[in-house]
Amino acid sequence: MSEQGPRTSAESGISLRSAELVVALLTLAVGLTVAIASYKLGARWGSDGPQAGYFPFYIGLFICIGSVANFVACLRVRDGAKPRFFVEWQGLKRVAAVLLPAMVYVAGIYLVGIYVSSMFYIAAFMLILGKYRIWKSVAVGFGVSFVLFLMFEIWFQVLLPKGAYNVLGFVGH
Amino acid sequence: MHGFSVVLTPYNLVLMFVGVFLGIIVGVLPGLGGANGVAILLPLTFSMPPTSAIVMLSCIYWGALFGGAITSILFNIPGEPWSVATTFDGYPMAQQGKAGEALTASFTASFFGALVAIIMITFIAPAVANFALQFGPPEFFAVYFLTFCSFIGMGKEPPFKILVAMMLGFALAAVGIDIVTGQLRLTFGFTELLRGFNFLIAVIGLFGIGEILLSMEEGLSFTGKTAKLNMKIVFETWAKLPRFWGTAIRSTIIGCWLGITPGGATPASFMAYGIAKRTSKNGAKFGTGELEGVVAPEIANNSAGTSALLPMLALGIPGSPTAAVLLGGLLIWGLQPGPLLFVEQKDFVWGLIASMYLGNIASLILVLTCVPFFAAILKIPFSIIAPVIVVICAVGAFTVNNAMGDIWYMLVFGVVGYAFKKLDYPLAPLVLALVLGDAAESAFRQSMLISQGDVRVFFSNTLVGSITGLALLALFWPLIARLIARGKARLAQ
Repeated sequence: MSEQGPRTSAESGISLRSAELVVALLTLAVGLTVAIASYKLGARWGSDGPQAGYFPFYIGLFICIGSVANFVACLRVRDGAKPRFFVEWQGLKRVAAVLLPAMVYVAGIYLVGIYVSSMFYIAAFMLILGKYRIWKSVAVGFGVSFVLFLMFEIWFQVLLPKGAYNVLGFVGH
Repeated sequence: MHGFSVVLTPYNLVLMFVGVFLGIIVGVLPGLGGANGVAILLPLTFSMPPTSAIVMLSCIYWGALFGGAITSILFNIPGEPWSVATTFDGYPMAQQGKAGEALTASFTASFFGALVAIIMITFIAPAVANFALQFGPPEFFAVYFLTFCSFIGMGKEPPFKILVAMMLGFALAAVGIDIVTGQLRLTFGFTELLRGFNFLIAVIGLFGIGEILLSMEEGLSFTGKTAKLNMKIVFETWAKLPRFWGTAIRSTIIGCWLGITPGGATPASFMAYGIAKRTSKNGAKFGTGELEGVVAPEIANNSAGTSALLPMLALGIPGSPTAAVLLGGLLIWGLQPGPLLFVEQKDFVWGLIASMYLGNIASLILVLTCVPFFAAILKIPFSIIAPVIVVICAVGAFTVNNAMGDIWYMLVFGVVGYAFKKLDYPLAPLVLALVLGDAAESAFRQSMLISQGDVRVFFSNTLVGSITGLALLALFWPLIARLIARGKARLAQ
């Protein structure tokens, strides 16, 4: 799905190989956790049929087998003359520029609720990453939040989180 | 005919157009696909009657199938993975100023492919369901087994990566309260994990957030062609299309086949493109803006996308991630997909099938009339679209269970989706396993109970035996194919 096109820039980044190996190790860890936890729960044949851990135990085992196979397959592949990258630092920076604010945004929902947090998130994103003027950013942020508010609180009557400090208390919601 | 009377109420017709409209937007926007578009909107439909809800949701699906082509042709950005093959000839056509022609051809081809698939569903689905009524737990498990094995055998990703992705889905499905014994599984003492993982959260994270991260890394900038689409171009293109009847038939067969067996729309579109290239007189010119190169993948992906609903309705086994989400919706409304649905919920089934016919007509009308509008959406810079999509995903994730924790899971799934996509781990088997995990497990455990733990129950009669055999064949197909090739090579020497 993600065929890497020929990279023209001579930048550096995380190599594809190390990313493959790390992911294989992570899935192996998940597999082991699942298998061990299921084994403790009882992965045998009880008096009334298979125990609760029976099915997940084998699932965990399969994850381990697959992970080991992926790990080995990656080790056996010789990297050609030019190393391929999982992500270049430039790209990683851009990814972090979305991911980190998104985490702040989700944390913000706890404090001021989803509508206010969304407004700030969109506005800040446009302002800082998109280099838009401040009035434009605030307008879009407010507009999107306002439409969401109309849709959920008023039309569909689905209540979204308002946060610990309900700033919107004055509108009666 | 009864189905049409169920669907043809003004309320449902409005929902149908709203659904198609939303679906096209979802298909056009990078980062929002059919699967998570339906996932995000699912909670909103809980208050509707099931038939209306499924009409709207399936129309979102049609819209997304049609909409993916718009971005592929005008911007060389496939809005959906299954429209990648459409860019090969669609974008060159747009560069030559023939965008209108390419769009018309792709929409008409989509419509044709979907229509044939629906006709097939109309006639075959009841028969399949009837047949499946004889199924017991071993047969059902065998069918699930076949579904998963064919993913591993036919996927183009490395088989062990498919295996890991799929098993992770099963493991996630197992978290929470065990359906048979009531014991807690894999919760590690966290109360948050008691609910288990909802597949909707996984879909929104893996496909929605993951896609945003990917697009962001590439630093997307849209430089698209504008399209003028008037009726003159539409009719001129329609006059040209009948020439491609051979390609049309081949692509439809590929699409229907890969849609029913869970190959899905993406491989179908590539395969149809490849075969059209090989069989067409103009094959050598493919990739430079051939109309036929737009028609072939578009017919295939829409007929695959549509026929993916056949196993979902008749057997309760979805053929694509989006069908899996629709299936999850059915379960939430208290409808058990599978053969009994055709007996117990006739109104619903035929209403849905009727809505497929009408939804496709609605899609065709909407896309032909609204192309400039949808193309304008793409002119909105990514730095506005990205945060808005994140917000929409967060809202969608929250409304599934009204739980804040789910929004965090969504972010985690987003990172996983990003890494998996870059490393060629397929996401579709993960989602399917997450949706089908509980059903597959209970079918397996019931079979084991029946047979007192004897695995030979899966070969106990011809029906279950042949399904299991087919599954094993599918599972080891890459190995078998290699052996055959080696044998041939040895013979040739």
